[in-house]
Amino acid sequence: MLANPHAATRRELLIASGTLFAWAYLPKLARAEGRDPRLLVIVLRGALDGLAAVAPVGDPDWVALRGDHALTLGGKPAALPLDSFFALNPAMPNLHRLYKSGAATIVHAAATPYRERSHFDGQDVLESGLAKPGAADSGWLNRALVSLQPADRAGGSRDAFAIGPIAPLVVRGPAPVLSWTPRRLPPASDDTVMRLIELYRHTDPVLARVLEERMGLASMARAGGMDGEQPRPVGAGQVRAYFAESAGTAAKFLARANGPRIGALAFDGWDTHAAEGATNGRLATLLGALDGAIAAIEAEMKEAWPETVVAVVTEFGRTARINGTDGTDHGTATVALLAGGALKGGRVIADWPGLKPSKLHEGRDLKPTTDVRAVLKGLLNDHLRVDASVLASKVFPHSAAVKPMAGLLQQA
Amino acid sequence: MALDPKAEAALALHRFGLGPRAGSIAAIASDPRGALIAELDRAGAGRIGTADLLTSGVAARAAFAYQQAQREARQAERAAQQANAAGAGAPEMKAQSGAPPPAAPRPAAGPGLPQQIYLAEAKARIDAALAADIGFVERLVWFWSNHFCVSADKGNVRQICGAYEREVIRANVLGRFGDLLLAVESHPAMLIYLDNARSIGPASIAGLRQRRGLNENLAREILELHTLGVRTVYTQDDVTRFANVITGWTVVPFRQDPVRGGEFEFNPRMHEPGAQTVIGKSYPDAGLEQGRAVLAALARHPATARHVASKLARHFVADEPPPALVERLAKRFIATQGDLKETAKALVSAPEAWEAPRAKLKRPGEWAVGALRAVGATPADIGPVMQAHNLLGEPLWRPAAPKGFADESAPWLDGLAQRLDIANQFARRFGAEADPREVFEEALAPLASDETRQTITRAESRPQALALLFMAPEFQRR
Repeated sequence: MLANPHAATRRELLIASGTLFAWAYLPKLARAEGRDPRLLVIVLRGALDGLAAVAPVGDPDWVALRGDHALTLGGKPAALPLDSFFALNPAMPNLHRLYKSGAATIVHAAATPYRERSHFDGQDVLESGLAKPGAADSGWLNRALVSLQPADRAGGSRDAFAIGPIAPLVVRGPAPVLSWTPRRLPPASDDTVMRLIELYRHTDPVLARVLEERMGLASMARAGGMDGEQPRPVGAGQVRAYFAESAGTAAKFLARANGPRIGALAFDGWDTHAAEGATNGRLATLLGALDGAIAAIEAEMKEAWPETVVAVVTEFGRTARINGTDGTDHGTATVALLAGGALKGGRVIADWPGLKPSKLHEGRDLKPTTDVRAVLKGLLNDHLRVDASVLASKVFPHSAAVKPMAGLLQQA
Repeated sequence: MALDPKAEAALALHRFGLGPRAGSIAAIASDPRGALIAELDRAGAGRIGTADLLTSGVAARAAFAYQQAQREARQAERAAQQANAAGAGAPEMKAQSGAPPPAAPRPAAGPGLPQQIYLAEAKARIDAALAADIGFVERLVWFWSNHFCVSADKGNVRQICGAYEREVIRANVLGRFGDLLLAVESHPAMLIYLDNARSIGPASIAGLRQRRGLNENLAREILELHTLGVRTVYTQDDVTRFANVITGWTVVPFRQDPVRGGEFEFNPRMHEPGAQTVIGKSYPDAGLEQGRAVLAALARHPATARHVASKLARHFVADEPPPALVERLAKRFIATQGDLKETAKALVSAPEAWEAPRAKLKRPGEWAVGALRAVGATPADIGPVMQAHNLLGEPLWRPAAPKGFADESAPWLDGLAQRLDIANQFARRFGAEADPREVFEEALAPLASDETRQTITRAESRPQALALLFMAPEFQRR
């Protein structure tokens, strides 16, 4: 008797990290065309500063807007040129290489329909696919799967893989989902530690002192105050390792001949209010870790890479200007990063709104000119063959006016 | 300082219970003290379902049989290896014998039977804590279990430490202290943990025949930790004579009696003959009754009342408990002949128990269970919860010494950074579907500062918000 090739062993379940797949549903129409598409969605929680990830170096107002914090082609380290107008954060050489080879696309000045600035609500809108925040118990990726025909696979039991509670909202819902509980979760991020110490300082000096001592932050802050050098973030290596392991493990499963075809994971830590460090600090570390995760996906996908799309999205962007603590506050438009061998890439897609004060949303944020849902609908339609009317009604309800973006893929 | 009803309800849940679940604060807000007392008065309070758990006797015998089978398997394997080695030295024999002899079956992977029993008991305990409405009775169980602690790390205690808590602590947690004391000191787990099972009266039949003799360990800890308290009314001579009194309180050997092996017995052949004077009173030798009489006297001693009262007050209320509260509890304890339910009622009826500032750091177990309750998690796999206990220095039923885990806050402060990592993990593992704003309202809001509220609502993600909520001073302290 052959072992069921679809069933992940318990050991496998334990090694992956916060990654989710729906197994029983497959993009059947796409398969009928002889394709076997894979889609991995990565949610960046905390709101990525899109201008620090992909800088409009050709915009005449760019350097004035960000001053010393502006990424430039002549900076140290130098931003990586994408086209005559945009350049990529130097922490992302892998994404740059993929872009140059046509396997990455960047969509700029993009946003969900959400226009307030609450993380929780913004993440709900991004992941639920609903036009407004509110009670959401399912995500757009899951509802897209429901619209695909259940696969006729022996042993593809629908309820065999509903394990564990860690499901990003984007994949929660009626279609069966497999989730993994990671063997080791990463330690609390520096950002979480800083927020907690800040709270303790105001409310509980004893706890503040204990935590500061334990984290060695008191001494680090003193060292960082000298000669303007940024202290290296604690645990950068752990962040990189966690991102790469999570994404790489997800890809391993997606790559299998009889494995799942759709997955999602979430990375936290992008809420860079203070000491953003776009080129040599915290954000650079995170972007580097994300770049490593994309490289791990490419490596683990192997022969399936040409049929792969990775979509990296975040709930909203950040203020166009730097704030008073060398960071950025909650904003509106940002970037969506797409990578994968199935893309018709090497392009930055942007209806650039400009950076003059009058062009900024509410005078402070990059103005949204592209609806993220158009990008996602384009991918679901062309890659997985989710029907356009289903996309407009069920997957992204009340989005008929937002047309799927065409031409993202090599094979339309 | 008068609290508003919701704040008082939240304080009741955090200080005397295991922390709020959704709806807990609203459910008891009309009468928090009455709700605590009602939990004590509930039929069967303290007991938990035991359908799939073993009694200590059955567990002990099963573990003994398991260990014996393991030993035999190892011996068979060694014998096979030796035979193999002998064969290698004689090539012509090897050629004739063909395939090597089959290896003896290896012990199954995964935890052995004692650990399996331990984990099943741990699961039952955690489940009870998660299911409790308020958790006051569970906290009392935890308190008394720590007061009368045993350790799973001592040989052969692992498989029975959970049963010990159920059979002895839970059965008497709201009964009389004297009954609890007698049940504890005559349970195999305690007799093994503090070496009394092997203690032999020097002039007993067994003592005259062999070189082994008296072991004072249990007698000393009964006086020092379980009843009177350290540096009180007893002397070294009292310890020695009391140790003589309880010689013969032992455990039936497995080889001698396969049916009753592992159960408590009084063995007169090990018992020191003669009368013994303990703390100024002479006890004639009446076998088992001699020990019972001493324990009964210790349970009635005013020093025991003061010791128990100050420990209870320190555990629940303040590291330096208000003297008036200790006095009140000791008086009630004495007036009711050690009635633990009445003493617990006196605790939650005392104004001092509510007025003390919320300065005590929750113990790791309370805090971890409180976090799960706040998000409504009931994990099937308790691995991460057990790991949290271990990392935070309170491994379940495994204290480093008979004194048990510390009731004061200071020793637990060191683990604050580790708590943050656990908070981060729990938020991701158990809180994926919880809305931190709702959890905040249901578990913390009546006690929380504006700063805490803002920190939680401004977090960058729900998991971060939950982790910060678990770490908030108002969730750490009670």
